[in-house]
Amino acid sequence: MNATRDTGRATAAIETLGAWLLALLWVLPLAYALWAAFHPSAYSAHFALDAPLTLDNFIRAWNAAPFARYFVNTFLLVTMILGAQLVLCTLAAYAFARFAFVGREIAFILVLLQLMIMPDVLIVENYRTMSALGIVDTIPSIGLPYMASAFGIFLLRQIFKTVPRELDEAARIEGAGPLQVLLKVYVPLARPIYIAYGLVSVSYHWNNFLWPLIITNSVNTRPLTVGLQIFASSDQGIDWSVITAATLMTSAPLLIAFLLFQRQFVQSFMRAGIR
Amino acid sequence: MTPTRLRIHIHGWLLLLPAAVLLVAFTHYPAIATVIDSLFSTPRGLRPAVFVGMDNYRAMAEDPIFWQSLGNNVIYASCTIPLTIALALLMAVWVNGKIAGRPFLRMAFFTPTVLPMIAVANIWVFFYSPGYGLLDQILGLVGAPSHNWLGNEHTALACLIAVAIWKDAGFFMIFYLAALQQIPPHLGEAAALEGAGRWYFFRRVTFPLLMPTTLFVLINAVINSFRLVDHIIVMTRGGPDNATSLLLFYIYEVGFKFWDTAYAASLTVVLLVLLAVLALGQFIFLDRRIHYQ
Repeated sequence: MNATRDTGRATAAIETLGAWLLALLWVLPLAYALWAAFHPSAYSAHFALDAPLTLDNFIRAWNAAPFARYFVNTFLLVTMILGAQLVLCTLAAYAFARFAFVGREIAFILVLLQLMIMPDVLIVENYRTMSALGIVDTIPSIGLPYMASAFGIFLLRQIFKTVPRELDEAARIEGAGPLQVLLKVYVPLARPIYIAYGLVSVSYHWNNFLWPLIITNSVNTRPLTVGLQIFASSDQGIDWSVITAATLMTSAPLLIAFLLFQRQFVQSFMRAGIR
Repeated sequence: MTPTRLRIHIHGWLLLLPAAVLLVAFTHYPAIATVIDSLFSTPRGLRPAVFVGMDNYRAMAEDPIFWQSLGNNVIYASCTIPLTIALALLMAVWVNGKIAGRPFLRMAFFTPTVLPMIAVANIWVFFYSPGYGLLDQILGLVGAPSHNWLGNEHTALACLIAVAIWKDAGFFMIFYLAALQQIPPHLGEAAALEGAGRWYFFRRVTFPLLMPTTLFVLINAVINSFRLVDHIIVMTRGGPDNATSLLLFYIYEVGFKFWDTAYAASLTVVLLVLLAVLALGQFIFLDRRIHYQ
């Protein structure tokens, strides 16, 4: 009995060690970025404990590219996409959950198709559509393909279906129309799902890169990710201090929000993933 | 049809309409247009597109870069998918148990998820830099010579695979964690009383119960391995000598560097067919083996 307990303790110790090593490996890139960004360039690949701290890299990065404009663009983009997604997905999910209209099953399958054929792989044709519409290099053109989100519709439909019919009928008896019922009964009950979806959507579009890279070509529309890439690959050479400073700057809002509201983030991503 | 029934149909469709318009415009129409465009030539200057039948596909069959990108993508997917899922599961089991420093571990594993790929790829470029990069500095301690990790066609793809695993494992961990928390603890207690080992319990009880989550994670991992090429654009641009070109990256190059949109459309068709086949295969193969709670 004692022997098994001892081996049990030994495996537990090994596991703890393994978990910690893996975790350290996982934070290493971020730890390095913090190191390089807050120390002078001379220390970017030289790790000395007495290296002086500085904010100079952030100032240099901020002045070297129009990051203020990129921040505004990303902020506009993310807000526009999320706003449109919330409205469109709510309406569609309500239809799928509570209206037995003709063609509902087929329509739902056609919606779910987007989970497999995502806008990210349809870049060639979507670019063509945007040029036909004459809106290449505008912020709406970055957001349009993502606004009707199959993922959002699916998620909200699931939660709307759990709303008791009695609540729905009670509101109708009081004379509320379909949209009023939606706003007064369904939307408030789905609040945690809205928060979950919102966080997932914001982090996705804050970080999205390929489509914005293709569809934008000016400072006035470029989001942070594209701006950062142009900044890091152009005349900066390999000044890691400035590059890491810019990297941290662009990720900071999400990263800080995550560290502050860790529980909500993790729970949101969880909720968004459960069938 | 009674007026109330009719009203349900009208209301349903009106509610769906705004989303449906955008879905058709940016998902269904482009998917079909891709197939049609792949049968035409690329319009250039004053020359409009003409019907060329299977010419684009014939050119593709003889295009070594296409085959290399496809091959790279298969290697990339078959390394990232199982490794990411295995690590995610391991992380979830650790974080779900009574391990020292659980909050830190959970944060450490999950953080890559909220960081932009484009940003972290820049940091990884530093890790892989020859000579002064972190990897070479560490290997230098044991006397290994400097190595150009991203510049060597034998190591470049592996470097990108490592980045992809690092980025996604914590994300998938969350789903396993959610599922693990739904397994009633008395199952484990009962098994322990019966004298079942931890590994045995995991293999015979936990893992089968996690099957629906595994399917969900697997689908997402497959999609990610064909959808995400941000790190390739930052780290290698498909090089050296196309050693890290993946299918979507090649589509991007053909479509937006060489502006050969018809050929890019044919390549997209291959990608779409591949995704469809993989999705179907997963459902048929895995659906039978899932034990729902």
